[in-house]
Amino acid sequence: MQSINVYIVKRLGQFFLVVFIGINIVFFVTHATPIDPVEHSIMAAAMFGSTSPEAINMLREALADLYGLKGSLWDQYWTFWKRIAVADFGPSVSSFPTPVSTLIGRAIPWTVGLLLTAVIISWVVGNILGGLAGYYRENRLLKAAGVVAMGLHPIPYYIIAFVLLIIFGYLWPVLPLGGGYQRNMTPGWNLPFIGSVITHGFLPALSLVLVGFGAWFMGMRALVSNIVTEDYVVYAELAGVDRNRILGSYVMRNALVPQITGLGMSLGAIFNGAIITEQVFGYPGVGTLLVSAVHAGDYSLVIGITTISIIGVAGAVLVIDLLYPLLDPRVKIG
Amino acid sequence: MLSILKDLLRYNREFAAGAALLGIVVAMSAMSALAPMPPDDVYVVPPDLPPSWTYLMGTTSRGQDVFWQLSFAIRNTLLFGFIVALLSRILSLVIGLLSGYLGGFVDRVLMSINDTFIVMPLFPILVMFYFVMRDRMSWAALALVMAGLGWAYDARLIRSIAMSLRTRQFTEHSVYSGMSTRQIVAQEHLPYVMPIVFSTTMNNINWSIGLEVTLSVLGFTNINTPTIGVMIYWANQHTAMTAGVWWWVFFPVALVIMVFIGLFLLAVSMNEYIDPRSRLSRMRSAKT
Repeated sequence: MQSINVYIVKRLGQFFLVVFIGINIVFFVTHATPIDPVEHSIMAAAMFGSTSPEAINMLREALADLYGLKGSLWDQYWTFWKRIAVADFGPSVSSFPTPVSTLIGRAIPWTVGLLLTAVIISWVVGNILGGLAGYYRENRLLKAAGVVAMGLHPIPYYIIAFVLLIIFGYLWPVLPLGGGYQRNMTPGWNLPFIGSVITHGFLPALSLVLVGFGAWFMGMRALVSNIVTEDYVVYAELAGVDRNRILGSYVMRNALVPQITGLGMSLGAIFNGAIITEQVFGYPGVGTLLVSAVHAGDYSLVIGITTISIIGVAGAVLVIDLLYPLLDPRVKIG
Repeated sequence: MLSILKDLLRYNREFAAGAALLGIVVAMSAMSALAPMPPDDVYVVPPDLPPSWTYLMGTTSRGQDVFWQLSFAIRNTLLFGFIVALLSRILSLVIGLLSGYLGGFVDRVLMSINDTFIVMPLFPILVMFYFVMRDRMSWAALALVMAGLGWAYDARLIRSIAMSLRTRQFTEHSVYSGMSTRQIVAQEHLPYVMPIVFSTTMNNINWSIGLEVTLSVLGFTNINTPTIGVMIYWANQHTAMTAGVWWWVFFPVALVIMVFIGLFLLAVSMNEYIDPRSRLSRMRSAKT
């Protein structure tokens, strides 16, 4: 078999393993709980509105069926997988009777949009600046950028988002806080709406970029400053090749390969950051939905979001892994 | 050991800055031993007073002295990070060393599991843990769960070192002199990976404190144990920023940022110290 096929099969295998282990964790954590999810949901539902005893009994039956709590543990396990295969997590308790999958489906575009924008900006900017900083070591501006990257990188997403919220919410209120677009607007492909989406997404994206860019910057700087000592770079310099061309086509091209692997490996952490940031700014994505689901005691919604998150992140990592051979021809030759 | 520390303090600016920041933080947490009141008491001082000489960092809307409250909070937060790091170090050392030394099938299986945990989005899983445990989710339970989830990245790093150690001659000598796998890994290979373990410990503490703060601020931990996140949680509950009680938010956030930057600088400088190539280039640039 060709080595590229071996590579693809391995990556697919890893994808299925992540999904398998992740969903097993979700199943066993939720089924080994000391709290009965059905009673819990009924309590939560009762808090939202008074219900008659008959209605509660009906609800109990329906929930036990929905959560797959009937039959042995093995039966429950099977029902759980079958439900996941068709993405059916039952109705949400907190916004009954809307199905969980509809709620998640509504939130996903926001999360994906935010995440994609932030990851692309921080990865591209971080790598370019990091590459320049590794090559032009004496440049004052790039050194200053290094200090900024070092100071921002270790701070967790929540704190950065929180500080931005305080700065732009209380000290200098110029940007909108909360929501994905202006409340009285109807979503559509027109200029004012797109503008509103951009201004509302600016702060969440900014906080993700501020934390994210440092890792790529420092990684790229270290890689480039190692590569420039290689013989072929010295040769190119002696041969009089333009320095920017050396950096762009020879040095950074090689350094990008581990950075792609790094992107795949840190995607889970970046996703964590994105859903936390959403919650801070009240952005209408999966993160805000997850936190409100926990506060409302919405069992099926929490399970649904966790499961979809695991599958989504594993899928995104798979896509990055499959793009990898385009950059690193060694995978193809083997 | 002491002379290494002295050298690092003198020649490595990152190490000196990190040590200074952490010094302040540790001193702050040590103050908790001198606190005149237990951390759980509320309404012991007049509420909402701005920082003054009597109340160095002001008082909260719950009638607590921010300074003493913060000393308890940072002590618990640091302790939490340290315990998670310690427990997950054990896991990552055992898995990393065994995987690297044994290679083959064991390595493939362990590393597949390892990569799975690297990719897995942990935040929703931790939130789910809280969701099913609710009030039983104690401080210790959270530490255990996070240690169980946070070992993967460093295990990979340790494995890569162990793999290169396996091909070294002294490993062959040990095998031929009849040492068992356990002995070789624990006595021969462990000392080589210890420096990198120290630097990953710093990063792991940062990671666990970051997640703890995030979960606490959302109210997803035991909100009666004072930690930095729990302090911010209560400040948010009392809408401290809109009420103008900025000191309730400012001091915990500033202190925890000092922890993150301090630990990170220590990790970076230690990494550099371990890597002879970057140490050489630093010495060269110091000369010119």
